[in-house]
Amino acid sequence: MWGTAPRNLPKSRFVTYISNRVRQMRELISAKNLHKSFAELHAVKGVSLQVNAGEVVGFLGPNGAGKTTTMRMLTGFLDPSAGSVSLDGFSLADDPLAAQNTFGYLPEGAPAYPEMTVREYLQFIARARGIARREIAGKIADVAGRVHLRGVLDQVIETLSKGFKRRVGIAQAIIHDPPILIMDEPTDGLDPNQKHEVRELIRTMGSTKAIVLSTHILEEVEAVCTRAVVIAAGRVVFDGTPEEFELIAPASVTRNRMDYVFRQLTATAAEVAQ
Amino acid sequence: MSPWRVILRREFRAYFATPLAAVFLVVFLFMAGVFSFSMGGLFERGQADLRSFFQFIPWLFLFLAPALSMRLWAEERRLGTIEILTTLPIPLWHAVVGKFLAAWIFSMVALALTAPLWFTVSWLGDPDQGVIVAGYIGSAMVAGIFLAIGGFVSALTKNQVIAFVVTIVACFLVLLSGFPLVLNFFRGWMSTGAVDAIASVSVLTHFNSLMRGVVELRDVIYFASGICALMVATTFVVDWRKSA
Repeated sequence: MWGTAPRNLPKSRFVTYISNRVRQMRELISAKNLHKSFAELHAVKGVSLQVNAGEVVGFLGPNGAGKTTTMRMLTGFLDPSAGSVSLDGFSLADDPLAAQNTFGYLPEGAPAYPEMTVREYLQFIARARGIARREIAGKIADVAGRVHLRGVLDQVIETLSKGFKRRVGIAQAIIHDPPILIMDEPTDGLDPNQKHEVRELIRTMGSTKAIVLSTHILEEVEAVCTRAVVIAAGRVVFDGTPEEFELIAPASVTRNRMDYVFRQLTATAAEVAQ
Repeated sequence: MSPWRVILRREFRAYFATPLAAVFLVVFLFMAGVFSFSMGGLFERGQADLRSFFQFIPWLFLFLAPALSMRLWAEERRLGTIEILTTLPIPLWHAVVGKFLAAWIFSMVALALTAPLWFTVSWLGDPDQGVIVAGYIGSAMVAGIFLAIGGFVSALTKNQVIAFVVTIVACFLVLLSGFPLVLNFFRGWMSTGAVDAIASVSVLTHFNSLMRGVVELRDVIYFASGICALMVATTFVVDWRKSA
């Protein structure tokens, strides 16, 4: 909550940073035994997640399983009741600003300030992230090209369609080219063409970054993710490749095999929880 | 650019992106005129000063400052943008201070637009300029303390109307805490020392001494410490309730 913004990392931190890099071999996200309790509800019950550079993790689960809560704890928006998060070697609890400097975040529903134009909004985010003034115009042009926002840069966000708003949300998350990307339902509300474009973008970025995205669409996991993590009733019930996920279904199931596995995994967890 | 300046700039422009700025300025200037001329008798008093203008300023800000402050955090939470703002790599207090300063500077713009009144009085007579400067400082301080209260209340809710109404009530109590209306309520069941303490936080008492042209250290400390304390409290409340 207090402290100063990480404009230039002091030497001691720089040394920690390098040694952490070497030790962990690019383990970018490390969440250990996360718990979150709200007044009456124990929403997340011991979720651990390690993500390396080059991995795209599809975060699956029924509504209310704790996906959004977990992602909010990964970004520091929610403080975990127990457990710890470390991002690119920086502890979110001890060094929040350095940790938050390592990721881009697309929250649920892709919120943005409705009265600003896309350009003004991206300028605001770039400045707040401490990007040098002379680089900002170039970064905006680059990111607008990647998510196809060039035509609407000077439109007010309020007047944009749902698909464009979602892309504005993605643009603000990747403008500083972070090593980590955390996206809550990045393709929700997009038409099939737009979904395809966003998936292409994620796949391209996935080769160098650690990406966690949540989704309801199982085909999406097959299409873009290198790894699937299924969460049900606040617990991780599956962590493996999409192929391994599909293989859980018996050979007798020939159609919608992923749907079948998803139902099996989440139904059992819900029963155990009750 | 420091993070607080980035926030300040965005918030200040946000006022002008909606009709709020224009409506606020027109209402403020119109009411200031009505109060000074009709009720304060600026001309009839036959004295070259702005007393009849300044004496209504706290009452004007009582209703108008909450209109500026109500959106600061409530809207952020309603839109969900608070999730982006609080996960940016900037210290939370930068956001709190930046937002407050945007509202405060806007209220100073409104005050500056009343300068023609000052010029007119200076042209018609020979007013004590020091008293007028002290009056403007006092007015800015009252706006500051009200906006700081408003920002704090706005951090507690996602409903701007609730933020507006609660802020008016809170500002009213702080404004009049030195007066019998409020003090009599406490006098029955609190010690004399406690009642004196409540009386000493009255905005009006401190404003009146500034309006007389006396810029005293304790008045300045009063306003400055009040605003700082509210900034700290707002930072804690935003952190505590950001996801609520």
